[in-house]
Amino acid sequence: MAVKKISVQGSEEPQKKRYIVVPGEVIVSGEDYLPSDGTRRQGADIVAAKYGLAEEAGMVIRVIPLTGAFVPRRGNQVIGRVSNITMNGWVIDIDWASNAFLPIDESPHFINKNEMDQFLAIGDLMLGKIEGITARGIDLSFDGPGLGKLEGGFSFKVSPNRVPRVIGREGSMINLIKDNTKCDVAVGQNGWCWVYSEDMEGMLKARKAIEMITEKPFVEGLTEKMESWFQENK
Amino acid sequence: MASFKRSDGRKVNELRPMTAKVGVVPNADGSALFAFGDTIAIAAVYGPRLLHPQHMQDPKQATLRVNYDLLSFSVYDRKKPGPSRRSQEISKMTEYALSPVLDLKEFPSTVIDVQIYILQADAGTRTAGINAASMALAHAGLPMKNLVCSVAIGKQDTTVVADLTKEEEDFHEGEGATDFPLAKIANSDQFTLVQLDGNIATELVAEVLEMANETCAEVYEVQKKALKAGATQ
Amino acid sequence: MDISKNTFEAMKTLVEQGKRFDGRALTEYRAVEISYDVSKAAEGSARVRMGKTEVIAGVKLTLDKPYPDSPEKGNLLVSGDLLPLASPRYEVGPPKFDAIELPRLVDRVIRESHVIELDKLVVKAGEKVWTVIIDVYPLNDDGNLVDAAVLAAIAALKQAKMPGVTEAGFPDYKHRTKQAVPLAKELVPLSVTLFKLGNALFIDPTREEAEAAEVKCNFGLTKQGKKHMIHSAQKTGAKPFTQKELETAAILIGEKYDELYDKLKKVL
Repeated sequence: MAVKKISVQGSEEPQKKRYIVVPGEVIVSGEDYLPSDGTRRQGADIVAAKYGLAEEAGMVIRVIPLTGAFVPRRGNQVIGRVSNITMNGWVIDIDWASNAFLPIDESPHFINKNEMDQFLAIGDLMLGKIEGITARGIDLSFDGPGLGKLEGGFSFKVSPNRVPRVIGREGSMINLIKDNTKCDVAVGQNGWCWVYSEDMEGMLKARKAIEMITEKPFVEGLTEKMESWFQENK
Repeated sequence: MASFKRSDGRKVNELRPMTAKVGVVPNADGSALFAFGDTIAIAAVYGPRLLHPQHMQDPKQATLRVNYDLLSFSVYDRKKPGPSRRSQEISKMTEYALSPVLDLKEFPSTVIDVQIYILQADAGTRTAGINAASMALAHAGLPMKNLVCSVAIGKQDTTVVADLTKEEEDFHEGEGATDFPLAKIANSDQFTLVQLDGNIATELVAEVLEMANETCAEVYEVQKKALKAGATQ
Repeated sequence: MDISKNTFEAMKTLVEQGKRFDGRALTEYRAVEISYDVSKAAEGSARVRMGKTEVIAGVKLTLDKPYPDSPEKGNLLVSGDLLPLASPRYEVGPPKFDAIELPRLVDRVIRESHVIELDKLVVKAGEKVWTVIIDVYPLNDDGNLVDAAVLAAIAALKQAKMPGVTEAGFPDYKHRTKQAVPLAKELVPLSVTLFKLGNALFIDPTREEAEAAEVKCNFGLTKQGKKHMIHSAQKTGAKPFTQKELETAAILIGEKYDELYDKLKKVL
C-alpha cells in the first residue's frame, strides 16, 4: 500500500505516523491493531471509514477528518445564535440539522417569562455546552467556566475540523492569540469563533490569526509561525 | 474484434483522459469535479442538515437526496432550465448507486444533499456525475464503506467498448450502439448502477462486466489520487 | 447560521470607519479572474471569479419566430438559476426573490445598453430570426453575484460565434461560423452594485457583508467616448438612499466601471 506520509510538527508527538486515506482504504494489517474513530476492522485489516488523516499512535489507529460539516457530540462547546424564544427557553441555531434548546433555568438570574429577551434576544450569541442529543433535538446548558451569553465583539466561522488547532495543546494556541491581541476569544466545536475587545484593531488581528491557523491544512511549526507573525504585526 | 477502429482512435477498453479535483465549491461541505474527456461533472455535498418538511424525516437514518441536472449550455441543443423526467430518473438512479456505501444510520432525521451538475456533455454524464458525487461525499467527511466508481460500457456493432462519446452513441452500422452505464463499489463485486439502452447479445454481458471491472479500477485510482492531493491544498 | 446582532453591529461600526473585515477599502474589488471555454456546446462561455464568488455564463443561439411587435429584430433571453450547488442557502423548489432578480438585472444591463444588434439577427423578416440566449449560473456564492454575472455574460457574448445553418434551415451547432454575434463594438455594458450599511457605501461584498447590508442599488452602465452612461438601475431593500449618497454613487460607479473594464480588456 503506497501511502503518502506527511510530517506534521507542532503540538504532535514525534512517534505518530500520519497519512491521508480515502474510505475503504486499508491502513494497516494485523490482529494487534485497534480500530478507533473513523476506522473499522475488516478481517485482519484496519480500514478507513472516512476521508482524512490516518494516525497510528502505538497500536491504535484512527482517522481524523479534515473536511466536512460539524456533527454534534455530547460535551461539545458550541457558539450559537438565538433564533427563537419559547415559553420555557431559547431556540439556538448551532449550524446543525436540528436546532438546540437552552432551557430558561440556565439564565444566571431570575427572569420573567414575559421578558426572556432581556437576557437573550433573537440574534444574540451564546457559548453553551451540549448536554444531550435526543430525537427531539439538542439540549444546551451554561454549566461550565466561560459559558453564557457572548456580549459585543463579533463572530465568524472556520472549518470545524480545524478547531482543535485553534485551541492548541492544553489551550496553548488560543492563549497565544489572547495574549497578543488583548482579546477575549471563544471557539465552538461547530467552527464558530467569537472575539471581543474594546479595540477593533485587536479583534481584527485575532480574526486574521485564527483564519491563518485554519486555512492551511498542514503547517510545520504552527506555534512558532504564529509567534513570529504576532512579532511582525505588533 | 481487435480490428475495430473507434472514431477517436482509442483502444476498445481505453477511457477518455480523466480529470478529477476536490474542493471546487468552497461553500459546500464537500465537493468535486470529475471529467471523462469533454464530459465535465461537478458535485457538491451539503449535510447532514435539516430536512424539511418534517414528515419527510426518517428517524432511523439520514435521507440521501440527489439532484442531477444538465446546465442549459452543456449540450448543443440548449436544455430548458429545470428538472426534466430524464434528470429526475438519473437523480434517483444515482441515489441508488451511492447509498450502499454510505453509513446513513449515524445521522437520523437529517438529509445529505448531493447536487450534481453537468457543465459540458459528451455522453457518459451520469457516470461522470456518480464519480464526482462519490468523491464529494468522501470529501464531506461522511462515513463510507468505500468509493463508488462508474463507467459506461457500450457496444459498437458487435464490439464491446468503454466510455462512449456522443459520436459513438450515434453509431448506426450493424447492430448499432449500446450504452450500458454501470457503477460499482470500488474493489468489490457489488454493482450499484445497472442501466442499458441499445441492442446487445446476452452472451456479451460477462465481457461487459469484466471491462467495467478493469476500467472502474482506473477510475478509482484517479479519484483516490485527487482526494489525496486535495488534502494538502 | 444567520448573521448575529454582535457581528452586524461590529461590521456597521467598521464600515462607518471606512474599513472591512478582510482589510479591503470600501470601494476595492476582490481579485477578479476571467476565463473562457466553460462548455464547447455553448456558442460562447466564460467564468468569472471575484474572491470566492464564481459565476459561469453561456451563450446559445436558436432560430425562432420574431415577436409580432418586432418582426425585423432578433430576440434576447436571459435566464439564470441559483443552483442549490452554489450555497447552503439555496433550496430546491419555487424561486425566491433573489433567484428571480438575478437574471432580471443581468437582462436589463445588457438589453438597455443595446449592445446586441438585434436588427442584424434577422434571417427572414417576420418569419425567422436568431434568439440570443444567455444563461448565468453561480457555482459558489460569496456575494456580489450580479456584477460577476454581467461580467461573465459580456465576456461570453464577446467570444461567441454564430452557428451554421443546415440546408433544412436548422442551426448547425457543430459547424460554427467565424462570424461573431453582432455587437455594437464600442459598447461594453457592465454592472456595478453599491451596498449601504449605516452611513457607509461599499462595493463587492462578501456574502456576510451582503447579508448585513441594509439596502443595495444596482447600476448597468457603458462608457461612450468620455462619458459613462447609465442604462439601468434598481434599488433593492427597504432603507432609503440620501440624495447626497446617490450623487456620490453616480460618480463612484463610473470609476468602478473603468476598473472592471480594464480587467475585462486584458482577456478580450
